[in-house]
Amino acid sequence: MKRKLILIAAVLCIVLIALTGCSKDQTQTLSILNYDIYMDKSLLNEFELKYGVKIKYDTYSTPEEMYIKAKAGASNYDLIISSEYMIERMINEGMINKLNFDNIPNYKYIDETFKNQPYDPNNEYAVPYFWGTLGILYNKNNVDASSDSWAMLWDENHSQRIIMMDSQRDSFGAALKLLGYSMNTVDEKELDEAKELLIKQRPLIMTYITDGAPDIMVNEEADMALVWSGEAVSAMAENENLDFVIPKEGSNIWIDAMFIPATTKNQELAEKFIDFLCTTEATLRNIDEVWYSTVHTEAINEVDEELLNNPAFNIPEEDIEKMEMFRDPKEFIDLYTERWTEMTAE
Amino acid sequence: MVKKYLTKIYMGLIFIFLYAPIIVLAVFSFNESKSRGNWTGFSLKWYIELFQDVDIRNAFYYTITIAIVSAIIATILGTVAAIGINSMKGKIKSIILNINYLPVVNPDIVTGISLMILYISFSISFGFNTMLISHIVFNTPYVILSILPKLRQLDVHMTEAAMDLGATPMYALRKVIIPEIKPGIITGFLMAFTLSIDDFIISYFTKGEGVTNLSIVIYSMARRGVRPTINALSTIMLVVVLLLMILINKRSNGVESRKKINKSEVFK
Amino acid sequence: MKDRTKYFAYPYVLWIIIFIVFPSFLVLLYSMTTKESNGLTTIQFTLENFKKFFNPLYINILWDSIYLAAISTVICLLLGYPAAYIISKAHLSKRNTLLFLCILPMWMNMLLRTYAWMTILGNNGIINNLLSFLGLPTFNMLYTRGATVMGMVYNFLPFMILPVYTALSKMDIGILEAADDLGANKYVKFRKIILPLSMPGVISGIIMVFMPAVSTFIIPQLLGGNKNMMIGNLIEKLFILNGDWNFGSSISIIMMIIILIAMSIMNKFDVDKEGGARLW
Repeated sequence: MKRKLILIAAVLCIVLIALTGCSKDQTQTLSILNYDIYMDKSLLNEFELKYGVKIKYDTYSTPEEMYIKAKAGASNYDLIISSEYMIERMINEGMINKLNFDNIPNYKYIDETFKNQPYDPNNEYAVPYFWGTLGILYNKNNVDASSDSWAMLWDENHSQRIIMMDSQRDSFGAALKLLGYSMNTVDEKELDEAKELLIKQRPLIMTYITDGAPDIMVNEEADMALVWSGEAVSAMAENENLDFVIPKEGSNIWIDAMFIPATTKNQELAEKFIDFLCTTEATLRNIDEVWYSTVHTEAINEVDEELLNNPAFNIPEEDIEKMEMFRDPKEFIDLYTERWTEMTAE
Repeated sequence: MVKKYLTKIYMGLIFIFLYAPIIVLAVFSFNESKSRGNWTGFSLKWYIELFQDVDIRNAFYYTITIAIVSAIIATILGTVAAIGINSMKGKIKSIILNINYLPVVNPDIVTGISLMILYISFSISFGFNTMLISHIVFNTPYVILSILPKLRQLDVHMTEAAMDLGATPMYALRKVIIPEIKPGIITGFLMAFTLSIDDFIISYFTKGEGVTNLSIVIYSMARRGVRPTINALSTIMLVVVLLLMILINKRSNGVESRKKINKSEVFK
Repeated sequence: MKDRTKYFAYPYVLWIIIFIVFPSFLVLLYSMTTKESNGLTTIQFTLENFKKFFNPLYINILWDSIYLAAISTVICLLLGYPAAYIISKAHLSKRNTLLFLCILPMWMNMLLRTYAWMTILGNNGIINNLLSFLGLPTFNMLYTRGATVMGMVYNFLPFMILPVYTALSKMDIGILEAADDLGANKYVKFRKIILPLSMPGVISGIIMVFMPAVSTFIIPQLLGGNKNMMIGNLIEKLFILNGDWNFGSSISIIMMIIILIAMSIMNKFDVDKEGGARLW
């Protein structure tokens, strides 16, 4: 009896290991790393069926986390979607492969405005995915947004009703802009001032969170939140008391792009996937999922009127003029990280 | 008499504290709207959404697979090791036991990061294998610790008698030792299985390439806010656990429910 | 027989060398080297990482974690001891059921149990909705220190009840009867007999609650709103976000030492040693 049990156990074991082992060898796999909730996942399945491959899909919540994951070396991602300043850093560190644009014919749909950007000046490494901005999502019933300033987030009348982002560049960005500095400052004094400002803000904060703010705002459990524009669009669709403001001091304009890290073993397949995501249909479906502003010249013509009227989706030109794109501060990035750690530890 | 009521009220309050959150989860899994505080009507839509959720399905598959495989390997490895350790003496034995003890006393986060560093140092890519190995690493000590006491109780003379009667050591092992320590092996297996299913921290540091488990999925969903699909998931898990426990309890009244206590006895 | 079965342990010895000893050694190595020297050829030893930790900022995190974990442990003890006592005194037929009810929540995934409180404590959660329905003022409960402590108490309370119950149920009733015969009143009986005899259970309860509480990073994140950093959060942040393994490793080593010290102190008080595995 016991021997049988052990035998069964051993067989089960071997079968299971074999099962998981085999699936690896038979088909090509594409390993993707993307922001959390940043793609219509049914697209993955479609791509798998279309090309007979298997996709391994991982997510992360801030560019810093992505960088560590990609850098660790124990991960062989074939395709990553992330933000421009991290891409710039990774290009500089030789962590990204050049793309073969012959495999990405749909690149032609990408709006020229988003090409030749400083993080990838010659359009060699990355294909833009979405773009957007940073702003304040607030509840019209409780908050007076007439000041139109980052100072709203420091308003003591809303103590314990303000949500900050658990992301160093974005939170520092808001503080730096309020102080009238560049979001890309490499001046230690300015950064320290921003840190002090963020520490001063701590008692007013309800929670530091990434990705969770829209849910809390829709439930009207907080008055305002620092959010990315797409989060605002989705929250505003669910609760009409919510509105979005891009402060007058100026904000951040960001571009998230797809790129292929040097660790890839499947460059061509990854390029095919990029091309697949650049189709009008895939883009439209992604817009429906993530609500960020699109870089796609065809898709923009097919989105709803309502969405086009939303300033968090169709960001007004006069706001864009005051916006700044994050740049890689090179070695100075360590100081950002350190100050941010200190701020959160306070 | 008053005392009796007081104790009843006290236990009642403790159980309300322990069960209120679970009941709330279960009730709101049938709520029609996403709202967390208001009941708007009965609906099964979160259950339907749950079964359509690819992430959860994936994570469920990996959770169960890793729990079964890691528990089986840990039980075999642990049983063999326990028999060996039991017949060791002196310093080496206590060193091995102390090292074996490390994953038990170490905070999970330390075990997690030390394994993460190991894998990265040797460029082992994260995924199913790393998670499986990590689970075996922290499961096996519990298996050994639940078998060792049984081995100590084992009557040495019985094995000797068996061999005097012509049994080979292997035969004696199979026919005498294993049957005697079977309860310890079963306890060890079940502990390994449940610890593996429940693990979050160690998996969190050793996951990768699309392999996650339920805890990790719940964590990333919960960070995004309250989601009725998680409520539905927890209700199902609760019902399964409840049925399982009742079944086990029926079969061996009380013995198995001490499983988790064993974890605490380990600390003595 | 005995001599030969000794070799059975060897595969496992190899296993623990690879997966327990060696990784621990790596953590130690990282904690004592600089970030720049992560190639094996250019190791630079330093105590900088440990020194960095003694910055008041980080020491405060450590104290705060110990403080919050200690509070949770005390609350668990205060709530759990009477419960364990009542269960041990309950009628035999009810005892298993009561125990079963205490264990059952532990079988639910810990993340789920923590998540459940988000629904209850939120600003528009069940409690506040109930309060405003009754016309009472509402409170900010979620994302506070109190919520963190409550989450820990909730998650770890069974870990206190079980060992205390085990110790109490093992107690020899004869001793209690003897005390009665000698005229001891209830208070004396509790203080002189029950409490000392249940000490081993209390101590393993304390360890079992304190250890996971001091190193948790999920509870302060989900219920504490990421505002009070605990030592676990710091380690997670250093490894996952900052990639500062050296500093992260040194904090892990410090945490390991604290826990080993705590355990060896507790073990000193523990009378009921059963031999076998013991701490250094």
